[in-house]
Amino acid sequence: MKRDVVNLEPGVESTPPIAPVTEDPRYIGARLPRHGIERLTQGQGQYVDDIELPRLAHVVYWRSPVAHMRIKGIDDRIARSMPGVLMVATGQDLAKVCKPWVAVLGHLTGMKSAPQYPLAVERACWQGEPVVAVVAETRAQAEDALQHLVVDWEELPLTVEMERALASDEPVIHPELGDNVCFSRRLDVGEVDRVFAEADVVAETTFEFGRHTGVTLEPRSQIAHWQPAEQRLTVYHSCQAPHMMQDLYARQFDLPAHAVRVICKDVGGSFGVKVHAYPDDFATVALSMLLGRPVKFVADRLESFTSDIHARHHRVKGRIAVNRDGEILGFEIDDLTGIGPYSMFPRTSAIEGNQVVNLVGGPYRHQHYRAQLHVVFQNKTPTCQYRGVGHPIACAVTEGLVDLAAQRIGMDPLEIRARNVIPDDAYPATGASGIKLEVLSHEACLRKLREMMNYDALRAEQAALRKQGIWRGIGLATVIELTNPSAAFYGIGGARIASQDGATVRLNPEGHVTVLVGVGEQGQGTEAIYRQIAADAVGVDIDQVRVITGDTDVTPYGGGTWASRGAGIGGEAVLLAGQALRGNILKTAAVILNREAGQLGLHRGQVVDAVTGEALLPLSEVGRIAYFRTDTLPQGFTPELMVTRHYAQRDYPFIFTNGVQASYVEVDPDTGFVTLLKHWAVEDCGRVLNPMLVDEQMRGAIVQGIGGALYEECLYDEQGQMLNANMADYLVPMAAEMPDIEVAHVMTPTRSSRLGAKGAGEAGTAGAPAAVMNAINDALAPFGAHVHSQPITPEKILRALGKVK
Amino acid sequence: MADTRTIQVTVNGRPHRCQVEPRTHLVDFLRDELGLKGSHLGCEHGVCGACTVELDGRIVRGCLTLAVQADGAQVQTIEGVSESGVIRDLQQAFVAHNALQCGFCTPGMLMAAKELVETRPEATRAEVREWISGNYCRCTGYHAIVDAVCDVLHQRKEARS
Repeated sequence: MKRDVVNLEPGVESTPPIAPVTEDPRYIGARLPRHGIERLTQGQGQYVDDIELPRLAHVVYWRSPVAHMRIKGIDDRIARSMPGVLMVATGQDLAKVCKPWVAVLGHLTGMKSAPQYPLAVERACWQGEPVVAVVAETRAQAEDALQHLVVDWEELPLTVEMERALASDEPVIHPELGDNVCFSRRLDVGEVDRVFAEADVVAETTFEFGRHTGVTLEPRSQIAHWQPAEQRLTVYHSCQAPHMMQDLYARQFDLPAHAVRVICKDVGGSFGVKVHAYPDDFATVALSMLLGRPVKFVADRLESFTSDIHARHHRVKGRIAVNRDGEILGFEIDDLTGIGPYSMFPRTSAIEGNQVVNLVGGPYRHQHYRAQLHVVFQNKTPTCQYRGVGHPIACAVTEGLVDLAAQRIGMDPLEIRARNVIPDDAYPATGASGIKLEVLSHEACLRKLREMMNYDALRAEQAALRKQGIWRGIGLATVIELTNPSAAFYGIGGARIASQDGATVRLNPEGHVTVLVGVGEQGQGTEAIYRQIAADAVGVDIDQVRVITGDTDVTPYGGGTWASRGAGIGGEAVLLAGQALRGNILKTAAVILNREAGQLGLHRGQVVDAVTGEALLPLSEVGRIAYFRTDTLPQGFTPELMVTRHYAQRDYPFIFTNGVQASYVEVDPDTGFVTLLKHWAVEDCGRVLNPMLVDEQMRGAIVQGIGGALYEECLYDEQGQMLNANMADYLVPMAAEMPDIEVAHVMTPTRSSRLGAKGAGEAGTAGAPAAVMNAINDALAPFGAHVHSQPITPEKILRALGKVK
Repeated sequence: MADTRTIQVTVNGRPHRCQVEPRTHLVDFLRDELGLKGSHLGCEHGVCGACTVELDGRIVRGCLTLAVQADGAQVQTIEGVSESGVIRDLQQAFVAHNALQCGFCTPGMLMAAKELVETRPEATRAEVREWISGNYCRCTGYHAIVDAVCDVLHQRKEARS
């Protein structure tokens, strides 16, 4: 029997082919190893800490040891006299050269925050806030001197617990703001009370999400180099958004933007941690300007834990209304999140909660939804966007409630999802929260998952093992993820963060191609996919393409890497530029050959006769004549063999992707230990540009999500002291505990671009915590126990089982 | 300037005679004195494994070992084993399986994997996971790293038989 005959349901057995975007597709969509990573396997990467410059000085920061203090005095006499010390600087010193900032967005109505400085001025508001800078000839000398700095402080009253932040007797962290509210939002689409009152079943619970952090293996690091003779600032920065940082440095230091160059070489992991502007980023620049020499800052791991952004600290009361037949009628949530004492610059710390409001219930076709959000200040490390931004919360709340409802009405979890997802033929659609969904494939993904994990057999195995006292659970999570953002994310709110991106593609004299792109590389394989796209778009062998990113002096202006935009936005710009260059090459060849451009084609490095395919002119000849023998070209014709194109996604606020994940776990009811047996993910990121890279994005993101679900939490005491600020005590996922992860793809290209690619970098993190939580609760179901507090530790499981008090 | 000690250490086959402070860690010595930037600093307290190097044939944490402890010893770093070609199959497998993203953990991961494939040729997939669980990778989710190491175990077994 032929394969296409047995394939009864589209999307189940094989992904339907999607039309190629180029004439001779050889690389787009191919499972190609990433070019250029051999050097990383040989220790030849160049991360910021690997860079040495003449007269390089090193800064270390004295950070507040307490969560809230008034700085009474700083005695640096001994520190200044220590060997090698070049400068000791305070908040007041640096405030003279760097303006303070207030991180709010205009479209988040009513949002407020307080002015923040490179180093604390008068007060420090969290444990880890930088207060004093010590610069020396070597890092060791700076650290030695730091020990001799004497800071006199007075502890101030604290607001630590977010649940207490709004209480009338709680200290207000910034009195001028009136209260500890950063941002509030209420969304009510109407008739929610009626729908809940009339529903057959209402299930409700409270979800908790532990504050956690990114733990990039390469810490945040930076070299600021102010060159007084040129009046120019060069910053080598381990970051995701070089042009954003260029703009911020220029504005905070009153420099013209052209006087600032930001260079990103290899970046040792980012995940959102490195997309924000930190106080010590500005402090390091200020020190370089004051000293007139390059200054290097590399966070050590201990200070990373209290100065890198944290994320995800939410308490969400949620309820769901369903009918006995499984129809989901509505959701309601009340989300409280604590973000530290300041909203983070420039993206703000209200986005995560705002996303939760937008995304809860997102996969489903219910019509009723009400949400309330309070974003509050507290004396802990600031939180901000971290891989997935609100999605892991929204997904866990949604999917946790769906499972509770399914349990209450006795319906299979896969069945209730299949009945309620917005059908694949119903797009474009608008979710109950108002989110615009271009085109999704929940039904196809659920079918594929069922087949891939052999769902029915796994349920049978689970049932059989329960009889032997082995408690396994299967957890599902349907996911939506926003990618390819328009200016709706930041631009409309006044943040100067580009939503467009550009690519320049150049034919070199030898017939090779150089590509410059505004979006950079932090390990995702961005440069690799640009190479694939450019090779196909122009029509050359991939080994003749070189990609350059990460230098604001060199690349087109762009937003960089965030909100899963590298493939969809940057990739589209490369495609458009490559295709335009191809057109210009053919125009040049037509002049050289005295033919009509329309009669010519470009095939694998040769200009060919479009009809016969006969090779007429190699690109090396086009390049030779265009660059060196312009005397042979007619007057009035100039070859344009370098082309720039830009792309901004403007059809929708965001292009949503979707997918579904499943987790299979075993819970030991005596110890509370969870063993992750297997994880599956079906994702739809539109056109897959390189399945090998997408698979690894999914797997890495899933493991990052599992970290938050099971292990990771920044634990604080009531004095606002982080108790586990080191890698031994803060638990990150390591290889031994992680499951094998199977990934499959459904491809529903976006029509907002020629390339049709959507983002793939965050969906794994979005869905994994929900899938794992649901799997654990499925395993605990025979005991009548539930855990909705992440990280789901053995202790919490034993409490749920009533085995410990 | 603190007191220094003279050490004689052979790094990647090349002898060095250097003055070091007793407090200098081996990885700082390798990076700052010898310019071998391939060994990375991820945590500086012995957890992440990014600074893994070989000291007299056994892997150690470069951040928990003092440079003076390497006096009279042989040290191999990622640069040395790359140049000699002894882990070319591992490096190729890491590329083929996309077992690295940002690459910051990769030198340490490869040094750990080298010892595994050399000393535990029969290691199972679970044992590979256990072995590399002293090396933190935030990017990959480990699956591809495990695939790559298992691939090399298999290749070397085939080559022996």
